[in-house]
This record gives sequence, C-alpha cells and structure tokens, in this order.
Amino acid sequence: MRGATHAKWAACAVSVALAATACGGGDSDSGGGSGDGGAVLSSSWGDPQNPLEPANTNEVQGGKVLDMIFRSLKKYDPETGKAEDMLAEKIETSDSQNFTITVKDGWTFSNGEKVTAKSFVDAWNYGASLKNNQKNAYFFGYIEGYDKAHPEDGSKQTAQTLSGLKVTGDRTFTVKLSQKFSTFPDTLGYPAYAPLPQAFFTDHAAWVKKPVGNGPYTIDTYTKGSQMALKKWDGYPGDDKAQNGGVTLKVYTDNNTAYTDLMAGNLDLVDDVPAAQLKNVQSDLGDRYINTPAGIIQTLAFPFYDSDWNKSGMEKVRTGLSRAINREQITETIFQKTRTPATDWTSPVLGEDGGFKEGLCGDACEYNPAAAKNLIEEGGGLPGGQVKITYNADTGSHKQWVDAVCNSINNALDNDKACVGNPVGTFADYRNQITEKKMSGPFRAGWQMDYPLIQNFLQPLYYTNASSNDGKWSNKDFDKLVNEANAETDTAKAVGKFQDAEEVLRDNMGAIPLWYQNGSAGYSERLSDVKLNPFSVPVYNEIKVS
Amino acid sequence: MGRYVVRRLLQMIPVFIGATLLIFLMVNVMGDPIAGLCGDRQCDPATAAQLKKEFGLDKPVWQQYLTYMGNVFTGDFGTAFNGQEVTELMRTAFPVTIRLTIVAIFFEIVIGITLGVVTGLRRGRPVDTSVLMLTLVVISVPTFVTGLLLQLLLGVEWGWIKPSVSTDATFGELIVPGLVLASVSLAYVTRLTRTSIAENKQSDYVRTAVAKGLPRRRVVIRHLLRNSLIPVVTFIGTDIGALMGGAIVTERIFNIHGVGYELYQGILRQNTQTVVGFVTVLVLVFLIANLLVDLLYAVLDPRIRYA
Repeated sequence: MRGATHAKWAACAVSVALAATACGGGDSDSGGGSGDGGAVLSSSWGDPQNPLEPANTNEVQGGKVLDMIFRSLKKYDPETGKAEDMLAEKIETSDSQNFTITVKDGWTFSNGEKVTAKSFVDAWNYGASLKNNQKNAYFFGYIEGYDKAHPEDGSKQTAQTLSGLKVTGDRTFTVKLSQKFSTFPDTLGYPAYAPLPQAFFTDHAAWVKKPVGNGPYTIDTYTKGSQMALKKWDGYPGDDKAQNGGVTLKVYTDNNTAYTDLMAGNLDLVDDVPAAQLKNVQSDLGDRYINTPAGIIQTLAFPFYDSDWNKSGMEKVRTGLSRAINREQITETIFQKTRTPATDWTSPVLGEDGGFKEGLCGDACEYNPAAAKNLIEEGGGLPGGQVKITYNADTGSHKQWVDAVCNSINNALDNDKACVGNPVGTFADYRNQITEKKMSGPFRAGWQMDYPLIQNFLQPLYYTNASSNDGKWSNKDFDKLVNEANAETDTAKAVGKFQDAEEVLRDNMGAIPLWYQNGSAGYSERLSDVKLNPFSVPVYNEIKVS
Repeated sequence: MGRYVVRRLLQMIPVFIGATLLIFLMVNVMGDPIAGLCGDRQCDPATAAQLKKEFGLDKPVWQQYLTYMGNVFTGDFGTAFNGQEVTELMRTAFPVTIRLTIVAIFFEIVIGITLGVVTGLRRGRPVDTSVLMLTLVVISVPTFVTGLLLQLLLGVEWGWIKPSVSTDATFGELIVPGLVLASVSLAYVTRLTRTSIAENKQSDYVRTAVAKGLPRRRVVIRHLLRNSLIPVVTFIGTDIGALMGGAIVTERIFNIHGVGYELYQGILRQNTQTVVGFVTVLVLVFLIANLLVDLLYAVLDPRIRYA
C-alpha cells in the first residue's frame, strides 16, 4: 500500500510541475497590441558562423543582422532588387574606372559619431588588408592597390591601405579601380562596403561583442549563440525607418522547432520553412506563407580539369545530360514548388532590365529523353560509361534531388547504372575535394548572389580562373564578352553583352542550370507587410506588428 | 580506502589521454575545416593560409595535439571559428546541460526507483504487469518520437508549455525535456530495481528483519532497498555521462543551447577546437561519475569498504 502512495506522490509532483511551467509560460514579449509601432516581433535565427563584421560575414544569418544595423552607399530595393542611392549623394565617373563619391550630409552612427568619407575609406582598407583575415576581402579586389594590401600568393603584405582610395574632403572620396567596371557603383549595396565608426578600430573586442552601425536598428542585447534583441533607433535619419519597435532574433537548433514555435504562438516569423512541413504549410498558415524567388540558382558543374570531360564532343554529352533531367517533375515532387525550373544562368529577381532572360537556355534545358540519348551517343557517350554526381550529404536535401536527377537520367538513357550519386560526408570535406580538383564527374554547385547584377551570376563563376569557377571552365570568347560588358558605360548595352556571354556558356554547356531557389517564410497573425527581399531575407524594417 | 581512490585516480590518466587523442585524430581526418568556412565558394588562398596559421592547422597533427593538450592544462581551450573562446562556450553550455541532466536524474531516481520498488514487491500482480508493459513501450519508442509527440501535444495542441526552451533554460522549462531525456533510462531503472528487489525479498536477512517484528517501512527502506540499490546506482552513475553527451537529440527538439547543441554545431562546422574541448570535458565527467559510483558502493555495502 505504501508503495502505491509513493507512486501517487511522484505522479502528483510531475503534474504540479507541469502546471507550474504552464503558469510560468505566459508570453512576456507579446505586450503592446495596439499597433503603435512600438511592439517587438520575434524571428528565427541561426548562429552566425563568423564574427559579426561587415567584411567578414558571408552567410545569410550574419548578413541578416548587418542588413538591420547598417546602411551603405547604395541599397537594393526589396521589391525590384535595383540598386538605389542611400548614403551616396552622387557617384560620378567618366571612364568607368575612376569614381568620385559624395556622401550625404546628416548621417550619424547610433553612437553619435558622424558618417564621413573617412568612415568608408577606413572600413574598406580594413576589409582589404590581409592581416585582418576578412573573408569578404575579395570584394575590394577591383580597387587599385589590392595586390599590395592582400597578396594572393600569401607573400608579405607591402601596404596597409589601398592606394586606389583617397579621402578628398569631409564627405568626398575617390576610388580608382585596376580595370574598367561600369556596374561597380551598383555593387556598393553589399554589406561588405558598409561604413565603420571609429569605435570599431579603437576597441575592436567591445565592438564585436555589441556592434554599432548606422541602420534603422541598434543592438540592445546580444547573447552569442542564443539571442539578439534589436530595437528601433529613434534617431535614424533615413526614410526607411523601422515600422516596429524592434526585432528579437532567436537562435534555433532546428528549423522544425522554430516552425512548431510559430504554430504555438511563441514566435512571430520563420524565414526558413522546413522541407518536412511544406506539405502542411498551406493549411497551417494560408496566406501567411510566403514563397517568392530569391537570387539563388543551383547548377551542376563539371570538372574541366579532367581531360575526359574536356575533350571535343563532350559539349554534346553535357547538353544531353541537361536534356535528360526532368526539372518540372523534380521541383514539383521533391521541392513542393519552392524551386522553379531554370531556363537561364541568372535569376528572375534581376528582372528583364537587369539581365534575366527567360528561355535563354532554349532546347538545351528542355526535357527530352530521346534527344538526350542521341546527343550523348553523338558526343561519344558518358566517360567510363557512368556519371557520378558528387554532393555533400550533411545539409540541405541534396541527396533527394541528386537521386531524382540520376533517376531521370537513367530513365532517359534506359540504363540503371548511367548515373549514381556520390555523397561526401561534410560540407568542409566537399569544399576540400573541390579545391583540390578531385571531382571525377558533375558536382552540385549553388550560387547565392552578392548583389542583384547579371555580372555577379557570370563573372565569379565562369570567367577563366575566377574565384568561384570551381569547374575551371575557360573560354576565350566568354572572357572577351565579359570584359567588353564591364567596359561598357551604358547599362542596357552592358547587360546585352553579358547575355551574349551567357549564350557562349549555353553553347558549350559550361554548367547545367537546374532550378532557381525560392525564399520561404511563415508568420503569425500579429504581423502584416511581411516580405522577403531578393536575398530571401525578411524586410524587417517594413513589418508592422499589431 | 585512500589507496583505492588514488589507484582509481591514476587509472584515469591514460584513459583521458587516449580518449582525447582519438577524438583529435577523428576530427582531423575529416579534412580541412577552413575549406567550409567561406560558404559555397573558395576561400581566397592568402586568407585561408592566414586562418590556418592562426588556428595552428598548418602544423603536423601530433604537434597540434601536443600544443593543444599543453594549452588545456593551463585552462586554454582555444578559439571557436566565430571568434568566441571555447571556455566561454562551455560557460554558457554546461550549466544548461547540467540542469537538464539534474532534472533527468531526478526523474530517474524518483519515478524509476519508486515504480521499481512497487512492482518488485508486487510481482505478478496487475500493477507489475502494467508497469512492465509501459516500460517496454518507453524503451522501444525512440526519444525523438516521444520528444516530438510531447512537444506537439503539450506545446501546440494543449498549450500547457512553450514548445521551445528560452535562453535562460530554467528548471521549470526543463521539466518536459528532462522527462523525455530520462524516459528510456527511467524504464531501465524501473526494471533493474524491480528485479533486484524481487530477488532480495526472498533473502534470509529480510526474513529475519520481518521476524524481528520491524515495521514494514523500515524493512523495505533500510534493509531491502539499500541492498537492492547497488546495480541501480551503477547504472545511474554511468548514465550521468551518457545523458550529458547524449542529450543532442532532446536538445535539438526543444531548442536547448547546451552541450549537445554546441557539439552538433562544432561537428557540422568541423570546428576542431570546440569538438575536442567539449569532448575532453565530457570524458572527465564520465571518469568522475564512475569514480563516484565506486565510492558509493562502499557506502552502500560495508564489505566493499574493506576490500
């Protein structure tokens, strides 16, 4: 009998404890429901991989914060992706190589310091200098003197600053590039080009603990690895003031938990709907689910350093493989329409004026098993009779789509063994094998744009020896057209040249375009005016909380 | 007794060195961690070389290990890739996981042993059978199923708890995750206690105690339970280490930023410093927990004290 009472006591303890958490679980940050612009919203976040410095942040999670606390010379329109003047009063050039930049008056950092020409020049010099280990240093690679401040071969750095940057007045500075680059001003909206206050240089450790910028939000508290509370900066001089009182970014270990929290009313905004929930998201959220194109394209790259893949006739095999992939079916069944079949090598977010041309790929990207089989036979067949598609298996749902692509190719070729997936354990190891040129067949490649320009989708990826040309594709005609495009001062003509280059890429099938990736988000009933910008990051300052 | 403790402490040294060396080698064969730091593009070679130098990755592995261990003894666990000291990560992660482990162990002891005693004393009766069935169910269902199910029911459907744990991770918030984490071990504790109690119930000293006319409560707690607890204590002791290192699934489900989460991030980002640092501490926890178990034996059974 006594034993039984013990059991009862334990059971009671549990239920009391449960009740206690329920009582203590009242939401603390959902106060202020009047829509006065003072209410704070909570949003899911991931732990940034690198310290939060503008020139050192190269992934979405850190970029999200920089986007809230910094404003640069230009800003990309969240709707159209067009680069518009923000802190820049004017950017002048006569030869696409020497630029004179005037900074607007009246801007300050949130600590009261004025934003001057020096704030930019110092920040850029810091970003470019090799000794600071900034992962985005290559953004300053076009500026003259970069080879001295950041010697690529790892030899001793001979200059601390870029010789191409000169402060000419309180609010003016000049930039000299090492080559013509007509769309250079449009790249200046990228966070790496953000201005930095003196406090960054005088007490760097303190600044990194709690970054200070000049954007619509300031950082209130930052607990590394778990939470960042940003509040609206009332003294913000720009016209894109925050429409809410602040944003609390919560780090989630798993995006499924974030989604569950949204369902339970414990979180307001999830900007990455987990793949497993895509089936229910329409019924769960209705029109509070956003699924819009982002500046991301996925492709299959080829190892052009391998003579098997680089001999003549192989362009037919590559085109044949492209035609053997049923993009429609894969995007629908595996990605639940969160990807769109690609018909060129850029992204719809550029818009037609920006260089996106639907159908530029033409027949080469259309599914046609019979044509695919013919092309591959004409080209001399698959090297070794089989293609292996290499991918990293640790993140994303790469395994699923690679298997589906292979399945599609196998069906087209009537051969069970024509294509197999080749998983690599970790992302780091995968990158390692790419850098060491160990790929023996096509491999997964993804590109998230740095800035919404057609140049950014072509030059870093396919120009001879470019930084992200992982397949080492090289084509004289392509390089020539890209150079011409960069020298062109008229934007429309430059875009035209880039598209000509893209056609060269198509005719040689330098990489198979697969699909454009969408950004997806879901939000609670408290929010309105939620949208994603072309980088698939929520436009936080426009969100209204009721 | 003193010599026994010293001997046990000395035994810990080779185990410690062997375990850390193994982990160090395992993380290192996974390839160059810097390669994964720049996202889907190649790091520019100069910066990559500089970063390697900064993290000491340009030296041979044995040299890296020696410097690393040398630093560890001075309390320096190195720097994680995001610029944070690993000791700082530990300071935030370990208290959370320790709290979670305490909750889990508490449930194991209170519920597990109570149920074990009840069923052990009532072998073959309906209570016994139903509890046995229940433990079988708990053992066979994986933790992530229990966790997700409880999260969905209590958190979303009924709204009793928040589905995720906040940054503070207070004891109150950790009750459900702790219960989930403890569930499988709890079932084992119940079964172990039950068997042990049922066996000892027949023994001479219990019969003597009953014959002496001692109150039933005293017989059960002082005589029967104390002797039956030895295997259970072993199990719970080794479980402390297992719970701390193995909380990774539970921590992911309930968004707890503890040791499991840091380890997961470290492995994903191939961050040698974080992974080796945390595992080193976990190895120590295992060793100390085992030592404590052995010392507890002596308390429970005087015969061991003089051995």
